Amino acid sequence: MPEAPVQYVAKNMRLDLRLIAEMIPPNVRVLDIGCGDGALMAQLATKGVDARGIEIDMQAATEAVSQGLAVIHGDADNDLAFYPDQAFDYVVLSRTLQAVEKPREVLRQMLRIGRHAIVSFPNFGHWEMRLKLLFGGRMPDTETWSRPWYETPNIHPCTILDFLALAEMEGYVIEHWLAVDEKGLKAPWRRSVRLANLFGEQALFQLRRG
Amino acid sequence: MEQTAPFPVIEHQRAVFPEGVTLDCGAVLRPLSVAYRTYGTLNAARSNAVLVCHALTGDQYVAERQPLTGRGGWWEALVGPGKPVDTDRFFVICANVLGGCMGSTGPGEEMTDENGVPQGRPWGTDFPSVTICDMVRAQKKLVEKLGVDRLLAVIGGSMSGMQVLEWAATYPEAVFAAAPIAAATHHSAQNIAFHEVGRAAIHSDPDWKGGRYWEDGRIPAQGLSVARMVAHITYLSEAALTRKFGRRLQGASAVTFLEDVFQVESYLRHQGSTFVRRFDANSYLTITRAMDYFDLANEHGSVTAAFANTPTRFFVASFSSDWLFPTSESRALVRALNAAAAPVSFIEIPTDKGHDAFLLDEPEFHRAMGGFLAGAARALGV
Repeated sequence: MPEAPVQYVAKNMRLDLRLIAEMIPPNVRVLDIGCGDGALMAQLATKGVDARGIEIDMQAATEAVSQGLAVIHGDADNDLAFYPDQAFDYVVLSRTLQAVEKPREVLRQMLRIGRHAIVSFPNFGHWEMRLKLLFGGRMPDTETWSRPWYETPNIHPCTILDFLALAEMEGYVIEHWLAVDEKGLKAPWRRSVRLANLFGEQALFQLRRG
Repeated sequence: MEQTAPFPVIEHQRAVFPEGVTLDCGAVLRPLSVAYRTYGTLNAARSNAVLVCHALTGDQYVAERQPLTGRGGWWEALVGPGKPVDTDRFFVICANVLGGCMGSTGPGEEMTDENGVPQGRPWGTDFPSVTICDMVRAQKKLVEKLGVDRLLAVIGGSMSGMQVLEWAATYPEAVFAAAPIAAATHHSAQNIAFHEVGRAAIHSDPDWKGGRYWEDGRIPAQGLSVARMVAHITYLSEAALTRKFGRRLQGASAVTFLEDVFQVESYLRHQGSTFVRRFDANSYLTITRAMDYFDLANEHGSVTAAFANTPTRFFVASFSSDWLFPTSESRALVRALNAAAAPVSFIEIPTDKGHDAFLLDEPEFHRAMGGFLAGAARALGV
């Protein structure tokens, strides 16, 4: 399988895409919610995956469609309800959960229309966030959380512990999870959720219904 | 002055099917003529054919000079060598719709009885009512005659988007990719209402003579022209009309009820008067009715049922200022396709040009259409 293109590392965006691509076996059906210009879809297509995408940004959606990808302009909050049950093997939501209106409902929909859900999100419990809030008294401003509070699209930030609690409440089974640093490298805190919640900049979960 | 003589009869390339076609209304049209044009070359595998459907007042001259008006093809921006619908790569077919007036069987052609015997007069309003599905049946015959079992793609905007949907619903195995543009799964009550104003204008023209205007060599030019003027407003947008004309006056600012005062009036009159030189009034009545009848959900139980287990991939596009076939209609189509688990791409193109935008220079739309077709061609190894 080819490596993720270098530009995504350079732009310091969607670093988790490569990890997600590795989690998805060949020749399955995938829905990528918040697919952007279709980078993950295009990569998945190289191993026979039937990938569909939803993107809220019209320019990115147009770019993806222009590459011949099955991408629709739409959003997680409003469009998932129209897909049939179990239409996909994997439903991916990368770095979008914190930006949707109803994260809990979106997760429910993902596990209704897909057998597995893969979710990544920036971890608000990272030590840098905690320190900045503790000592600065202002909303943290980091590489990941770079937009001021009044214009951030990230209206539902959460920590790894928050997400685990929601998964437990909803009865989801966590099939895999890992925390990664900003460069997309797996962090070695697998043994301790609390350490991962302190040192992981991004979290990546694979879930199924219990 | 409006021209009141019929437009000249010219020769069109056509395929004739002596066995005819049975219509949804039960009538049999025998023989069936389908006027068409092709561009590019069909490959050895017969896998590179793209059917372009035309809208209400379009024709088969999609990418070349229209013989009657002398103007360029109606979709030359999109179809041609090196264009998004690349005629160097694809074999492009475009046929005049059933009921049309550019050489296919329609109200202006000679009437035949059920045995195909000519009756020595045009059909006129005795022409049976046709549906979008009937138009597609006629196109299917042509496509088969041209040696194509499966089309790489069927594409079209507005009424032709309806044909695209009908193609995919009726002959799913024959349509690898479908692009209904600025279209909808049914004609809305508002759209039917606008059509009815146009038809009423034609009916109220004394020259229409209950549809028998051919008898004295006249045409209901005034009525047809008004129909076109009304329709043309629905093809534009408030923003586009303001940008083009604003409230600018045509000539002297004299207070008059008789002459064109505002530029927009003069523009509409021009649209009306040029239209009657190329389009038959009875065809207009027939085709607008076919659009009005169109309701995919009614035909198949639901739109999702129409596309259950479809092998076809879809590209749906709408235009932000189109209020005739608004984005909400395209989005409803996309959601129904999602419910059928069909592969679908969908974008809304930002533009102030209204419904007409699908015919105009919209680079983002053209790029997306090109990408969609190239993706389909890749998947088929074309």
